[in-house]
Amino acid sequence: MTKSILFAGVGGQGILLASKLLTAALIESGYDVKMSEVHGMAQRGGSVTTQVRFGDKVHSPIIGKGDADVLVAFEPMEAIRWLDHLKPTGRIILSTGTIPSAVILSGDVDYPQGIEAYLKEHVDLLSMDAQAMAVELGNSRAMNVILLGALAKTLNLENTDWIALIKDEVRPEFFELNKKAFTVGFEQ
Amino acid sequence: MKKLWTGNEAVARALYEASVTFASAYPGTPSTEILENLVQYRDKMYVEWAPNEKVALEAAIGASMAGVRSVAAMKHVGVNVAADPLMTLSYTGVNGGLVLITADDPGMHSSQNEQDNRIFAKFAKIPCVEISGARDAAEAIRESYHISETFDTPVLFRMTTRVCHSKELVEEGERVEVEPIPYVKDPGKFISSPASSRRKRPGIEERLKRLAEYAETTPLNVEEDNGASIGVIASGVSVHYAKEIFGDKANYLVLGFTYPLPVEKVRAFREKVETCYVIEELEPFLEEQIRLAGIEVIGKELVPVMGELNVDILREVLLGEKPEYQDAPEELLVNRPPILCSGCPHRGFFFEAKKFRDMIVTGDIGCYTLGASPPLEVSDSVVCMGASISMAHGVYAGLSKHGIKKRIMAVIGDSTFMHSGITSLMNSIYNKTPTVNVILDNRITAMTGHQENPGTGYNLMGEKVQEIDFEKLVRALGIEKVLTINPLKLGSVREAIKECLAYEEGPSVIITRWPCALKRYSEEDHKEFNLKAPKSVVIDDLCRGCRNCVRTGCPSIRFDKERKKASVDEHSCVGCGVCRESCPFDAIVEMGKI
Repeated sequence: MTKSILFAGVGGQGILLASKLLTAALIESGYDVKMSEVHGMAQRGGSVTTQVRFGDKVHSPIIGKGDADVLVAFEPMEAIRWLDHLKPTGRIILSTGTIPSAVILSGDVDYPQGIEAYLKEHVDLLSMDAQAMAVELGNSRAMNVILLGALAKTLNLENTDWIALIKDEVRPEFFELNKKAFTVGFEQ
Repeated sequence: MKKLWTGNEAVARALYEASVTFASAYPGTPSTEILENLVQYRDKMYVEWAPNEKVALEAAIGASMAGVRSVAAMKHVGVNVAADPLMTLSYTGVNGGLVLITADDPGMHSSQNEQDNRIFAKFAKIPCVEISGARDAAEAIRESYHISETFDTPVLFRMTTRVCHSKELVEEGERVEVEPIPYVKDPGKFISSPASSRRKRPGIEERLKRLAEYAETTPLNVEEDNGASIGVIASGVSVHYAKEIFGDKANYLVLGFTYPLPVEKVRAFREKVETCYVIEELEPFLEEQIRLAGIEVIGKELVPVMGELNVDILREVLLGEKPEYQDAPEELLVNRPPILCSGCPHRGFFFEAKKFRDMIVTGDIGCYTLGASPPLEVSDSVVCMGASISMAHGVYAGLSKHGIKKRIMAVIGDSTFMHSGITSLMNSIYNKTPTVNVILDNRITAMTGHQENPGTGYNLMGEKVQEIDFEKLVRALGIEKVLTINPLKLGSVREAIKECLAYEEGPSVIITRWPCALKRYSEEDHKEFNLKAPKSVVIDDLCRGCRNCVRTGCPSIRFDKERKKASVDEHSCVGCGVCRESCPFDAIVEMGKI
């Protein structure tokens, strides 16, 4: 049985590191893994995703509609944008901090209200202000690892030493920060 | 140990394992990371960025003629640029093996068109190899060099965006050393004159026949018999989509060698099943070869000929099944298109250029294509690399015969100018059209992820090299009116445009020189530019809500409708100062100067 994890956010939020750590954990757990990334034009402040699929044998590298077991949304509007890719029984892990797009910044359109409430009503939602939590830890960039912590709890992979994986992947001076971030996310 | 690699990473490793010694490319999504990943093998391999794809392929032909295994890599539209040498390379053949990698972009994730470059294989009468993902790379590359050297032909190696940028678990292989094939002068082979090409022409047809025989036995075409009544013939990433849908309820003919097609293998496969689908992205390339052999299959009457395929599309068109999912209410969704970054040096230029009304602005390929998007909306056209300058010339010359005078400006990036803008500018000089040609020099090839180019002073290996000086270059071509300006200084942008529009003796050039805000700055950048400028901040009391700063389209500026006040996001602002200059009330100042 293939499982699918969809990371959705905005260019520059650290989605790539979060998915890289996830794939490292999945490989260590002995799964076949595939992952898809977005490059080029879309990265310039646009909506970006990485897609991870794992199981005994994975075929398609991309996630279809109604196919994601977990949608890790780094931003509320991105959760809505990719909601159609979530399984009816799937879970959304949401960071509630907003990033307005150009038409919202310019004041032409309002940021949509009530996203969190809508999601709470319609899906299995785990929401947190990962951005604010990361700032509290001393670096807003750690939000990706906070969300990864929450995902790790949801996935419940056996025998995975996440902290060791983080140590392998991040620069030594950021290890303590990310370790704390992971733990904070895991406890949500 | 297994590695989780993108198709590009796996192909790079495979090229190294196959003892390829020469690699040349021009960056282009989704192909760029192939060469970037080859740099780690620099001890064994020569790796370079060329100014364009034609040069890259010609350089690879040179290395091949000398007896060295070579590769040229490019995105699909790059092959259009390299098509001239490619079509004759089919006649000369190779000495050392030569593979041309084409990375197609079905669905146009990051391209101006979508085209199925397998057709180039048929057009040039050369073999085509495709892979479904990273896992296929090692064998397919190894076999491609074997094919190239055995059949004396270049091989077209076709990837797509999903193949390039999806990761699969790959087993790292061993490098097999291959010595160069000694060079022996052979004018009959490498000189393509009418007489020698006429002599070689029948050999191309004969080579195709031998390749068709090889196709029947190549290890790149794999049959999987599950004893099913449904058959699927597929190539590329479509193989995975098909297997996701049918699992072991279908037989598969997975084609890695797709031109010429193994007709008898296909016929035998077809006879074992009741229904047979051909699943391929874009053109019915396999399907036409199959139907031409009188074999009945189901293909493009169901499978879309446009865009990228995926499991959902195929499930619906083949099985009539739709996935179960929930749609979000529309009022909760606002678009998030790509935009010029905070501190992008192109912004100041476009912000000022917009104020010149009644001007036709021909654009080009790069980040600055976004100069056509709101709120800047300056450019009128984008066609292909270099077209801005040639089109501007055409606009002027075409209208002038009708006595219509228009203000005309071409806008092109530094890397794109060297790719194919120089010859276009020569045409404007030669034929005396007073166009304003703007080279947006952000000191890097930015859109594809920051690659060095001949204007940056560094090469792909990271070595310091001779930097091509744009001002000297265009002066040498014969441009007399050249202005090099800082695009963050709106006044100098305005004055430069005015001055050049007033100049009617011939084409003029404005060079806007400031590094990309995302670039990893070189020593020289730090010396030349003030890159540690203070961030900007809005003095709330002075802001009158005129929204002028908002019209720069900077993602660090936010406008509060209720309060009618702008603000600058401290975290993302890089202090370029364009908003400060745009403010008519001096309400935006350097942080720390309030």
